[in-house]
Amino acid sequence: MGFVHRRRRGAELFLLVLALAVGIGAYAAVGLGVEGAIPADMVGYGGWLTGLIIAAHITVRLVAPYADPVLLPLVAALNGLGLAVIHRLDLTYEALGEEQHTFARQQLTWMTLGVVLFIGALVLLRDHRVLQRLTYTAGLVGIALLILPFLPVVGREINGARIWINVAGFSFQPGEVAKVMLVIAFSGYLVLHRDALALAGRRVLFVDLPRGRDLGPILAMFGVSMMILVLQNDLGSSLLFFGLFLAMLYVATERPGWLVVGGLMFGAGALAAYTFVGNVQNRFNFWLHPLDYYDDSPGSYQLVEALFGQSWGGLIGRGLGNGFPERVPFAYSDFIVSTIGEELGLTAVMAIIVCYGLIVERALRIALISRDGFGKLMAVGLGSIVALQVFVVIGGVTGLIPLTGLTTPFLSYGGSSLVANWVIIALLLRISDQARRPAPRLDPVDETSDDSESTQVVKLR
Amino acid sequence: MNKPIRVVSVFCLVLFMALLVNATYLMYVRADSLSDDPRNRRIITATFSRERGAILVGKEAIARSVPSNDKYKFQRTYSEPFKYAPITGYFSWFNQTGVERSQNSVLAGDDSRLFVTRLVDLLSNTDPKGGNVQLTVDRAAQDAAWNGLEALSGNAQGAVVALEPSTGRMLAMASTPTFDPNGFASHDFSAVKQFGDKLNADESEPLINRAIGTTLPPGSTFKLVTAAAAIESGDYDADSMVPGGFRFQLPQSETTIGNYDDGNCGGRRITLTQALQVSCNVTFLTLANELGNDAMAEQAEKFGFNDTSLEDLGGQAKSLYPRDMDAPQTAMSGIGQSSVTATPLQMAMVAAAIANDGDVMRPYVVDEVRAPNLSVLDRTDPQSISKAISSTTADELTKMLVATVDLGTASPAQIPGVEVAGKTGTAQSSGDRPPYAWFVSFAPANDPQVAVAVLVQSSDTSPDEIGGGALGGPIAKSIMEAVISP
Repeated sequence: MGFVHRRRRGAELFLLVLALAVGIGAYAAVGLGVEGAIPADMVGYGGWLTGLIIAAHITVRLVAPYADPVLLPLVAALNGLGLAVIHRLDLTYEALGEEQHTFARQQLTWMTLGVVLFIGALVLLRDHRVLQRLTYTAGLVGIALLILPFLPVVGREINGARIWINVAGFSFQPGEVAKVMLVIAFSGYLVLHRDALALAGRRVLFVDLPRGRDLGPILAMFGVSMMILVLQNDLGSSLLFFGLFLAMLYVATERPGWLVVGGLMFGAGALAAYTFVGNVQNRFNFWLHPLDYYDDSPGSYQLVEALFGQSWGGLIGRGLGNGFPERVPFAYSDFIVSTIGEELGLTAVMAIIVCYGLIVERALRIALISRDGFGKLMAVGLGSIVALQVFVVIGGVTGLIPLTGLTTPFLSYGGSSLVANWVIIALLLRISDQARRPAPRLDPVDETSDDSESTQVVKLR
Repeated sequence: MNKPIRVVSVFCLVLFMALLVNATYLMYVRADSLSDDPRNRRIITATFSRERGAILVGKEAIARSVPSNDKYKFQRTYSEPFKYAPITGYFSWFNQTGVERSQNSVLAGDDSRLFVTRLVDLLSNTDPKGGNVQLTVDRAAQDAAWNGLEALSGNAQGAVVALEPSTGRMLAMASTPTFDPNGFASHDFSAVKQFGDKLNADESEPLINRAIGTTLPPGSTFKLVTAAAAIESGDYDADSMVPGGFRFQLPQSETTIGNYDDGNCGGRRITLTQALQVSCNVTFLTLANELGNDAMAEQAEKFGFNDTSLEDLGGQAKSLYPRDMDAPQTAMSGIGQSSVTATPLQMAMVAAAIANDGDVMRPYVVDEVRAPNLSVLDRTDPQSISKAISSTTADELTKMLVATVDLGTASPAQIPGVEVAGKTGTAQSSGDRPPYAWFVSFAPANDPQVAVAVLVQSSDTSPDEIGGGALGGPIAKSIMEAVISP
C-alpha cells in the first residue's frame, strides 16, 4: 500500500479557532472603534458564529474525514471578517439615519442558511460522481436560472443590472447558483466528449485548431456570455462564465488551441461591446482616467472615493470605525474591499488576497490529486470561479482592471452569493475527501483459487 | 489532465500576484498623490476633527484647537486674529493658507517625523494629536509693527517685514487691511463661504499678505542696490565724487528728470554719501546708466530679485528686475522706477544683507516643529542664499546709511544712543494713484539685530522723500526699538 493522506482534522480545528478569533475579534474591534465599548450582544453573536463553524467542522469529521483541512478555516475567517465589516457599516448607516442598516443581521441569517446547505450537501452527497448523472439537468437549470431575471413577474432590475429575481419578498441573484450548476454541466459534458474535442482537428501554425463541428458548445457558451453582457448589462458575470468555460475546456482537452479560439472570440465580443454598449465604454474610461470623471453623472465618483479611501488607509489602515467608508456607495457589497483597505490597510487587503489565493490553490491541488476526470474538472471549475471572481472584483476596486459589478466571495453582503459559495466549498470538500481517502483495497477472496477473476470483495476502508 | 491544471495554477498565481502588486501600488506608492487631491474630503474631514497642534509665538499659542461640542470635536481659534493673520493664515473646511497650510502635515499629526508618536497613539488607542509649530516672530516687534500700521490714518494699506540679519529669522510681519481667520474656522460652512466671498469681493484685498504678495516700485530705497552695484564695480566708495546737479537727461530721449525738491543735491559734484543722504535722483540715474542693465540686474538678483526665497509661507510674489530693459529704462531703474518692482520682504532682505556683511540669508518664519509631547522634531537652520556684496562694500553702505539717518532724509528713524542705518523711498507710480511710501533700515549699525522694511500705500502720502520717511520712519523706529531694548 502506497502513500495515504492523513486526515488532519485536528489541524483543521486549530485553524478554525484562529479563524473564529479573526471574526469575533473583528466584531469586538468594531464595537470598540465605533461606539467605544464591546458590543452588548458579543456573547450571543460569538456563540452563534462558533456554533455554525463547529457544526460545519463536526459534519466534516463525520461524513468527509479525509477532506482538505485548510478550506473551511479560510472561508470561516473571510465570512467572519465580512460580517464584522458589514456590521461596522451598519452602525454608521444607522447613525446617519439611513433606512437600511441591518445588513449584518441579514448576512448572518444568510450565512446560517449557507452553513445548513453546506452540511446538507456533505451529508446527502456522499460521492460527487453522482452529479455526473445530472449533467444535462444541471445545464438546463443553469440556463433557466440565467433567464429567470428577464421573466416579467419575478425578474427585477436593481441598480441598472437585471440580474435579480424577487420571490416572496426575497431578492435573489439566480446567477450565483447558475455558476455551480454550469460547472457541474460542463464537467459532465467535457469528461465525456474530451477525446473528440482533443483529438480531432487540424494544425495551423503550430496551434492545433479544433474541428468546425466541435465548435458548437463553445459557440453556445459564447452566446450565453454575450447575452448576459448585452441584456443584463453585466460585464463581470459575462467574463466569469466565459472564462470559467474556457479554463475547463482547456483542462479537459489539454489543447491550448481552444484558449486561442476562445480568447479571440471573447476579445472580438468585448470589442463589439465596447463599440456598441455605452456603459462598457464608460467603465473603460473611468478605469483609465478615474480622476477626470469624478463629478460627472454617470461618473467615477464611486471608484475614486474607493481609491481615496484605500490610499488613505495606507499600510495599516485607519482602524475599524475611524475611516469614512460610507462615502463609497455600496461599501458593504461590491466595494467591501475598499472598506477593508481604508480601515484595516494594505496589510489586511494582502491577507485577504492571500486567503483567496490559498482557496484557489487548494481547489487546484484537489483537482491534481483527484482520481476521476469528472472530479478534476469540477475542482478546476470551482477554483476558477473563485479566482476569476476575486480577480475581477478586487482588481476593479483597486483600479487594476475596469470596474464590473461582482460580489467578493464570503466578504460582500449578498445572500445568493454567500449561499452559493458555501455550497462550492462543500463540493470541493467532497471531491477532496474522495481524492484523499485511501484507495479501495482489492483483495482476492481466496488466493489459491483458480478463477480469482470471477469475484472480488471490495473493502472501502 | 494534470499538465493543464498546473498551467491554470500558474495563471492564477499571476492573477493574484497582479492583485497584490496593484494593491501595494495604490495604497503605498500612489497614496500620497491621492491624498493631495483637493477633492479628497477624507483628509480634510479627518484633520478637521482632530486636535490640531498649536502655532506658538514665544510661549503663547496664537492659534490652537479647543474642544467643541459638535461632531468635529475641535474648534480652531486664533487669539490675536488680525495681528497674525498674514502669518498663520486660516484653517477652514475648504482650504488652508499661511503656516496652517505649509505646516499642515505637522499640525494635523500626519507628518512622517511624527511616526513614533503615531505608533504610540495607535497602540494605546488614543486619538492622534497634531504637533506644534514655533514661529520665529518676536512678540514685541510684531506688536510694534501692527500698532504702527493700525495707527495710520484713513484706510491705509501697508505692510511691514522685520528680519534678523544674521539668520533670516522673521521677527515681524504685518499687513493691513487684513481679516479674521476665526471667520474661516467656523463649523457653519455656509457662513464660512459667505465670509470668504465677502472678503474676496472687497476692493482693499484683505486676503492678500502685502508683506510678501504685493510688488510695487521700490522707489528711492532701490538706490541701495544701485549704490551697492556701483561700489562693487570697484570704481566708487563712500567718498567718491559723483555727479549731482539739477537734472539728468535720459539716454536716447529728450526727457529730463530732476530731483524730488527740484534742488541740485548740493552741487554739481558731490560725494556718494551725500547723494544717498539727500536721495539725489540725478546721481543714481547717472550711476545706473553708466553700470548698465547687466551689472544692475546681476546685483539685484544677488539680493534675491527675480526669484522666491521664502519656503514657509505660500504666496510670495517674485520681485522683478527685468533683464531686457533699454538704456532709458535701465537709468530709471537706478531710482527704483520703470519696471522694477519689489515686495517689502525683498527690501528687508536688501537691508538685512547690507547689515550682515553682504550675506543674504533665506528668510524663515518656522523656528521649530515639536511633537505633541513637546520634544523638538526639527529646527530650521539659518541658510545663506548668496553673497550679494563684499563685506567692505557692506561697511561703506552702512556708513552712508547711518549718515542718511543722522543728517539726511531718513531722520524720523533716529533712536537716541543707537546708530541707525536707513533709507526712505517714495515711488511715483502712474498719475492718479497715490505714491507709495517706503522705509528700510537696520540697527544698531555696528552690530545689527534687526532689519526692517515698511511699505505704506495711502492717500495721505505726501509726494516727497520726507513725507515717505514721515509715514514709514516711526513704524520702523518702534520695531527696531522693540527688538534692541527687550
